Amino acid sequence: MSGFTGYIQLVYVLVAALFVVGLHLMNSPATARRGNQVALTGMVIAVIATFVLLGHDGTVTATGWTVMIVGALLGSAVGLWAARTVQMTAIPQLVSAFNSVGGGAAALVAIYGYYYAESRGTVLGTTSVFTVLDVLIGSVTFSGSIIAAGKLQGLISGQPIIVKGGRLINVALAVVALGTGAFMFGTASLPAMLILVLASLAFGVMMVLPIGGADMPVVISLLNAFTGTAVAMAGFVIGNWALIVAGALVGASGSILTKLMADAMNRSLTNIIVGGFGTGDSMVAVGPAGDAQVRSIAADDAAIQLAYASKVIIVPGYGLAAAQAQHGVAELAKLLEDRGVEVSYAIHPVAGRMPGHMNVLLAEANVPYPQLREMDEINPEFARTDVALVIGANDVTNPAARRPGNEISGMPILDVDQAKSVIVVKRSMGHGYAGLDNELYYDPKTSMYVADAKKAMAELTAAVKTLVG
Amino acid sequence: MSTALLTDLTIFILALLVGIEVIGKVPATLHTPLMSATNAIHGIVLVGAMLIGVSAHNAVGYVLAFIASFFAGANVVGGYAVTGRMLKMFRKKAVTPAAVPSESGQPELESLNGHKGLRGLLSKVGRVQP
Repeated sequence: MSGFTGYIQLVYVLVAALFVVGLHLMNSPATARRGNQVALTGMVIAVIATFVLLGHDGTVTATGWTVMIVGALLGSAVGLWAARTVQMTAIPQLVSAFNSVGGGAAALVAIYGYYYAESRGTVLGTTSVFTVLDVLIGSVTFSGSIIAAGKLQGLISGQPIIVKGGRLINVALAVVALGTGAFMFGTASLPAMLILVLASLAFGVMMVLPIGGADMPVVISLLNAFTGTAVAMAGFVIGNWALIVAGALVGASGSILTKLMADAMNRSLTNIIVGGFGTGDSMVAVGPAGDAQVRSIAADDAAIQLAYASKVIIVPGYGLAAAQAQHGVAELAKLLEDRGVEVSYAIHPVAGRMPGHMNVLLAEANVPYPQLREMDEINPEFARTDVALVIGANDVTNPAARRPGNEISGMPILDVDQAKSVIVVKRSMGHGYAGLDNELYYDPKTSMYVADAKKAMAELTAAVKTLVG
Repeated sequence: MSTALLTDLTIFILALLVGIEVIGKVPATLHTPLMSATNAIHGIVLVGAMLIGVSAHNAVGYVLAFIASFFAGANVVGGYAVTGRMLKMFRKKAVTPAAVPSESGQPELESLNGHKGLRGLLSKVGRVQP
C-alpha cells in the first residue's frame, strides 16, 4: 500500500465510522434524521475520496471518466425521481428495486474485475472465492428483487406461483452455480463466469416466484441482507474497507429484520423459501363453523361506542393501507382525542408489506409516533380498553393462534379479544392470508362493520361529528 | 493467507458484530426507514463501480462501468432521498407536551424547520419551510 493510497484507505475508515454512528442514531425517531444525514455525509466523503484517488492515479481515460460520471448522474436522477414521487404504500417496491440495483452493481464489480484479470491471465485462488460469492449473491439479489418488486407492484401475481418441479429446478440451478464457481477456483474461464451469472439470475427468479405476497416482509429483509453481503464481497474483491464495513452492516441489519419478521409470522425461513401456505390444500377447518353468528353494527352505534369510550386502541392491518385509509383513520382518531378519548395504535410487526411499514403510513397521516405502540408493549393494555377498533387486520388478531393444531398456532398476536368491546372494519367476510376463520369475529362482544376501510372511516367520522356536535 | 486478506476478514467480522449490536437497538417503529437507510449505505458500491472504471480500456469495460455506475447512483441517491422523506414524517407533536422541544407555532410544519448542512441536499425532496 503506497503512502497516498494508505491515506485514502484511512478516509474510508472514517466513512465506515460515520455509517456506524449514523445507524446508531436510528435507534430513536428523535435522532433518526440526523442519523441519515451522518450516513449521507459519510457517503459524500467516500465519493470525493474516490475521485481524488482516481485523479491522483491519473490512469483513468477520458472515456472512462465520462462513462462513470454520466452513468452515475443518470442513475442518481432516476433514483431521486423515484424517491420523490413514490407513494408511501409503494415503499416496499422501491426498497426492493434499490436492493436489486445494489446487488447488480456489486455483481458487476466482480464480473468486471474477473474479466479484466482473466484477460491478463492473473486470477488468483483467494480472489476467486470472493469473486464467485459476489457474483452469485449479487445476481440472485438482482433478479430476485426484481420479481419481489413486481409482485408488490402487482405486475406479477402476488399469489405463490408454483412451477411444476420447481424445487428440482432450484436444486439443479444451485448445483450448476456452485459447481461452476468451484471450477473457476482452479481455472480462469470467461464462459464459466457467464454460466455462473445466468444460473444465479435464474435461481433468484425461481426462489422468489413461489413466495406469496404476505411473506414479502421476510423476503425483502432477506434480499436486503443478500445485497449487503454482496457489497461486502465486492469490498473483498477490490480490497476496499468502506465496502466491507458497509456491506457487513447492511448484512447484519437485513439478517436481524429477517429473523424478526419470520418470528412474527411464526414461520421458519426454510418454510417460507420452500413455499407452502396459501396453496389451498391441507386447510384444516378450525373455529366455529357456519352456525356461529356474527353481529354487524351501524355507523351511528359504532360512533357512540367510540365517542363515549375512555380508551380506544386502533389495530391497523394491510387492508387499511390497501384502501389508502390512513388519513381517514388519523382524522377519526384526532376527533376522538379532542373529546378526551385516549387513543393509541397497536402495530403488529408484520402489519404492512415490509418491516415497520404501517408506522410509516401512519406517520405520513400525521399520527405522532408516541401513539404507535409495539405489540409487546400494548398487549397488556387491551384489558382496560373500552373499544378495540380493528381495521383491515385479520390473522394477527385471531385468538386461534394461542391454541395448538392450526395454521397460525404459536404466531404472536395482538390480544384484541381482551378488550371490553371490539369493532372490526373489514371489506368482506373473506378469510385472511392463512385461510382461517377468525374466531374474534364470532366473539359475542365483537361487532362487524363490513365496508371498505376508507369509506368506513369517513362514515364513522361523520357520525361522531353529528352525534357529539 | 496474506496479511491483506486477514485484515479484510477481521474488519468484516468486527463490522458484522457491530452491526448486530447497533441495529438490534432500533425500534420497530423505524424498521422501514432503517431498511431504507441501509439500502442507501450499500450504495457505497458506487465507489466500487468507480474503481472498476479506472481500468476500463475497451468497450466491454466501459459498458460494465456505465451500468454499474448507473445502478449504484440510483441506489445511493434514491436511498438517501427516500429515507429523508420518510423520517421527515415522524413527528412527536403535542401529545406528550413535556417531551416536545419548543417548536414554532405551526404544528403541521414544525418538523420541517431547522434545516442544517447536508439536510438541505435532502430537503429538495419535500416541501421546505424557509
